[in-house]
Amino acid sequence: MSESEAAMHEHGATMEGSPYAIPSRKLTVWLFIASDAATFGVFLFGYGYLRTASVDWPTPFKFSPSILNVLIMTFVLITSSLTMLGAVDSAKAGDQAKAGRFLWSTILLGVIFAGLHIREWFGLIDEGVRLFQNPWGSPLFGATFFSITGLHLLHVTGGVVAIAVIARGFARGRLTAGHVETVGIYWHFVDLVWMFVVPLVYLLNLSR
Amino acid sequence: MAASKKSGNTIAKYLPVYFALLAIAVVEVFLAYQHFSTGSLLAILLALAFCGGTLALRYFMHLAQESRGLFLTLIPAAIFVLLIMNMIWSDSFRLLHMRPFGH
Repeated sequence: MSESEAAMHEHGATMEGSPYAIPSRKLTVWLFIASDAATFGVFLFGYGYLRTASVDWPTPFKFSPSILNVLIMTFVLITSSLTMLGAVDSAKAGDQAKAGRFLWSTILLGVIFAGLHIREWFGLIDEGVRLFQNPWGSPLFGATFFSITGLHLLHVTGGVVAIAVIARGFARGRLTAGHVETVGIYWHFVDLVWMFVVPLVYLLNLSR
Repeated sequence: MAASKKSGNTIAKYLPVYFALLAIAVVEVFLAYQHFSTGSLLAILLALAFCGGTLALRYFMHLAQESRGLFLTLIPAAIFVLLIMNMIWSDSFRLLHMRPFGH
């Protein structure tokens, strides 16, 4: 019996079936992702608008340390998606111990990603980049860079906290594999957004 | 609570997609150092990002395995919203020639 069917069975015939035949929490996270994609879309389009309309847009990113750091961050985030997939599949298979190990590995990778991100920020701040000024050109660079990467970092931080809560609840038997799957979908979305942030925010602003 | 069971190698089936995503990231960095115009580079990088995003949606987020109704509700709506945002570009090019943020 699927999760949505089980929920129907528990609540009796007066309850309507879950839309699209998936659990409501999964539908909710999909709707959240659709709206969040629009939010990131607005940020990235706004950034593109300002970059196009500015004649002196800064290109501060050198291969080392910035681009190298971004490559490592990408590797860490995609690997964390892989460990999250392992957690979801292990949880669905009923292997609680393995799911827990994968979840905590995902959390560790998320923390490493956030640490690398903050290191990148401090590097730019040391070079004089602020929200409304920088040594190279358009003062709007800092505002867009910190807004977009900051929003993504906020998602990573929120995801790490959510995964930790789910991991704890799942280990204690209070939460189900469905909860692990739901937070997994969110975590993969964070990974997906990063795939667009890297080319638009970093690779189009290379120092040559 | 049910007793914990043992599962096999759960991530092996995702490894091809994982390596494909890593390869896309490396190719993007390589192409960024080639001598393309900004517009061409933007188009190439966005195309690669869409490829990566599609792989993540289909195989990591398992959207392909959900009901078709969910897919048809979410994806066209998201694409429509993102396309609508493209209305700003003509204005940004106009501003480029007027140099509003230039010094």
